[in-house]
This record gives sequence, C-alpha cells and structure tokens, in this order.
Amino acid sequence: MTRDEFTTIAHNGLWKQNTALGQLLGLCPLLAVSTNIVNGVMLALATILVMALANVAVASLRNFIPHEIRIPVFILIVAALVTVVDLLFNANLHELYVVLGIFIPLIVTNCIVLARVEAFAAKNPPLNSTVDGIFMGLGLLWTLAVLGAMRELLGSGMLFGGIDMVFPGLSPIQVLPESYPGFLLGLLPPGAFILLGCMIAWKNWMDARAAERAKRQAPPPAAPAPTAEAGA
Amino acid sequence: MMFAPAPFLLKDASVSQVMTQVCLALIPGIAAYAWLVGPAILVQLVIASLTAVAAEAAMLKLRGKPLAMFLSDGSAIVTAWLIALTFPPLAPWWLVVTGTLFAIVIAKHLYGGLGQNPFNPAMVAFAACIVSFPALMSQWPSVGLQMPLLDQLNVILGLAPRVDALSGATPLDAMKTALKLGEGQIDIAHLLANQDIYGNFAGRGWEWVATGYLLGGLWLWRRKLVTWHAPVAFLAAMVLVSGALWLYQPASFASPVFHLLSGGTMLGAFFIITDPVSGCTTPRGKLIFGFSAGLLAYIIRVFGGYPDGVAFAVLLMNLSAPLIDQLTQPRIFGMKGRQS
Repeated sequence: MTRDEFTTIAHNGLWKQNTALGQLLGLCPLLAVSTNIVNGVMLALATILVMALANVAVASLRNFIPHEIRIPVFILIVAALVTVVDLLFNANLHELYVVLGIFIPLIVTNCIVLARVEAFAAKNPPLNSTVDGIFMGLGLLWTLAVLGAMRELLGSGMLFGGIDMVFPGLSPIQVLPESYPGFLLGLLPPGAFILLGCMIAWKNWMDARAAERAKRQAPPPAAPAPTAEAGA
Repeated sequence: MMFAPAPFLLKDASVSQVMTQVCLALIPGIAAYAWLVGPAILVQLVIASLTAVAAEAAMLKLRGKPLAMFLSDGSAIVTAWLIALTFPPLAPWWLVVTGTLFAIVIAKHLYGGLGQNPFNPAMVAFAACIVSFPALMSQWPSVGLQMPLLDQLNVILGLAPRVDALSGATPLDAMKTALKLGEGQIDIAHLLANQDIYGNFAGRGWEWVATGYLLGGLWLWRRKLVTWHAPVAFLAAMVLVSGALWLYQPASFASPVFHLLSGGTMLGAFFIITDPVSGCTTPRGKLIFGFSAGLLAYIIRVFGGYPDGVAFAVLLMNLSAPLIDQLTQPRIFGMKGRQS
C-alpha cells in the first residue's frame, strides 16, 4: 500500500465519506447511544473492531466467495465477529454491556459494516481493507464523541457520565454549575436529530468553504496567459 | 407590491400590516391576562420580544439577508407574544428566552425563515420546553394570587425563591389530576362546586382571558385576516367530541363550555391554527386541518399526560398540512373534475 492510498483511505474515513456526516449510514445506533461520550465511544470502538476484522476476513476470502451468495456470506462473517465482541463486552465491561444493550448485537445489521465490506473489502487487498475499516470506524468514533459530548453537556451539564463503568477510578466532570436545570431535549431523540443536522450543516459549510478556497487558488496558473497575450 | 386579480379593493396585504393587526387582536386577551395575574405577563412579553428581535437580527445577519426589511415585518414579535402567552407567567426569565431562541433560530431560520417553516415556531418552542422542563412549565400562579410588580420581577429573575403559591396547576390540569386521583370516586359536578379554581364556567379568570382571545379572533375575522374555516372547524371538533363524551358520562367528562374556555383552545383556534405558513391554504384543507387539530387537542388534553394538547395537536397537523393541501385543491374554473 502506498502512502497516497493510505492518505486517501484515511481522509475518506475521517472526513469525506464520514459514515455519519457524509454517508448518513447507521443512524439508528448513532442516535440511540450518543446520549453521552462514554456510550458513544465504546460502541464506536466495538464497531471499529468488527469492521477491521470483517474487512480483513472478507478481503482475504474475496476470491473464493461466489458472487451470487456474497451477501449471506458477508453477514455470517460479521455476525460471528459481533458475537465475539458481544461476549467480550459481557465478560469484561458488564455494566456498560447492560447500558448499551441491544445495540451491540445490532452492529451486525449496521449498514456501515456491510457497506464497507461490500464496497471496499470485496474489491481490495487485505491490508488496504483493514486500514479502511479502522478509519471508517474512527470517523464514526469522533462523530459519536462530539455528538455525545454536545448532548450530554446540553442535557445534564456534565461530561463523561458513566466513565466509572469503563475506568472504575474516574468520575464524571461537572462542567456547568450544579444549578443548571438540564435541557432534557438534548438527551431525547429529537435533540440528537437536531444536533446531528447541525453537524452535517457544519461539515457541508466547511466543504463548501474549502472548495471555494481551492477554486480561488486555482486561477493563478491560468491567469498569466492573458497578460502574456496583452504583452504580445 | 401587489399582484392580484380584480376586484381591486384596498386590503392590508403587507406582512408587517398583517402582523401589527394580529398583535392588536391579541390585546384584549393580554389585558384580561394582566388583570388576572398582574404585570408579570407584560414582563414576559417584553423579555420574549427582545429575545426574538435579537435572535432574528442575528440569524438574518448570519444568513446574509437584508436586516431592516425582515426585522420590521413583525413576524418575530407575533411569535414572541404567542410564546409569552403560552408559557407560565411567572416562569424564570431563561425559560422564555430558551423557548424564543428555539423558535426563532431552529423552528424558523434553520428551515429557511419567514414563510418557509413547516411548523408553527411558537408551538415548537412550547413543545420543546414542556418536554425539557415539565415541572417549570406546569407551575401556574395560584388562583387570586396578588403580588406586587417587584415581587413578580424577583421571581422571574430568579432572585426570590419559587414558593408554593406560584406552583398551582391550570384548571384543565387540576381537573385531570383530581379525576385521576379520585379513581372514579370524584365526579365533575362535585369538583366544580367545591373548588373556586373553576370559576363560573371554565376556570376562575382564565375564562375571561379566553373570551378576550375570542374577541380578538372575531376582530381578525372581520378584518378578513383569517377565514372562518379553521377556527370554526377547530371549535366544532372540540364541542362535538367533548359534548358527546359529556352527554355519555357527565360525571367524568367536563362540559364543552369548559373545554372551549380553558387551556389554549381560543388562542389556538384564532391565532395558531390560522397561521398562513404552517397551516393549510385551501378552504377545504383549512376545515380538515382545524377539525383534526381540535380532535387531537381534545384527545391529548383529556387522555394524554401533558397539561394541554393544543401545541402537540397543531404540530401533528402542521406535519400533514402539505398532504391535505395537495388533496384538497379546488376545481379550476371551466374544468370538469379535479385537475392535478
């Protein structure tokens, strides 16, 4: 894998084709578990693990899987991996496992995983596919972390609620004063939709600005031509 | 700028003229309200108006729209007034500010500003706040509470503690709670006879506020700023369903008069469902819109968990307004049947 390929894959995963902000895939777990940073990040980590392993498995087997039945085969691979992750969570982070509940097994049906397997791993070598799985997952991770932080801050005035479920020694940070009444809408599903909409708008605005800047920088090479003509 | 077919009668058509008259029509209701709870409501109106104008100006600037033209149209003021009138009068200042910001920034400008919002901004603000701050949003001043302006200001600004006298329920809410707690043992006649919160027919004082809105609404209709369809259908639905249940079981369902003059019925009928942007535009559509909103409002306020159902009913109907409009296009003159 060349450096260029790596940069492209990383850029696609983290920003350009960001699963939540660019492709709008897997919104169900995104909206359901982003009530705080800890839940969001832990589910994203589980998804990263599944995506990286699923991508490497599918990429290695891509020449042996009959084209017609590829989707069932992909799902079987993903389901096996999710079962592993599910058992891992249950054994090691039981409290968090209870909180995340159905959304860990539901990673199987998360369209991001199947989309990456089908769109990328089935057509690319294992190393590229692994990197793609990891970076797509990292893109999901930062989106979930930012969305979770905004919802948590708005809804309860705290950050890192439930951190003690992952690191027993730590406790949540009270950012806003104790008397903050808590804008409950932030924690409810409509708040998640509104804030996600704002994040998508922000990404589109950044992209539009970058495109404009690129356009403004592009003309100079073309500009000398008229002056040369004028000189002649 | 007016482009209209004959007859060329002089009509108040500009947005700012319409909005000014809507504000004028609200004044009888506001006057009764101020007489009932004191100057607190005027303070809330000022807070809401200032917030709305500031938010409107900020959003217009962000969106690169001409400031003076849109700011002077008065639509933000109408939204602000409706918010102040639907929130509890002694709510802390930040509650009204939050609601107004939510209405102007999210419900209005993020959807494209004046004329583009699919939902009534004031009702979005009410729904967002009652979902987020259910306790504060159901604390209404007790009956006959007399407080000087300074004390009321202190409560609104959070300088004085929120005492129990401030945390009554609306007659509508009180009746629902009493019926629920009574478990069928208490009937309405008993409630009405023994508690003076219910006043002559709907709620002490509140019935006069509702009557004020009704007067203002009738004036709007006389001025041809609203058509009769939506308000009449809304009130008819309210009367029909509450009347039917009342006749069936007068002990556990309040009379139609109670429902007409309590909660947000009158304000909703004349000032909220007649919103030309988020409501229906065809005559038949307005009838369907008003009737369904009245039906939903009754169901939500009587069988639901919230103190009143008008806001949620209006939001649900806002959602269906485009479809209703699509299905009720009037026949084009000279054509047979519907052309779509």
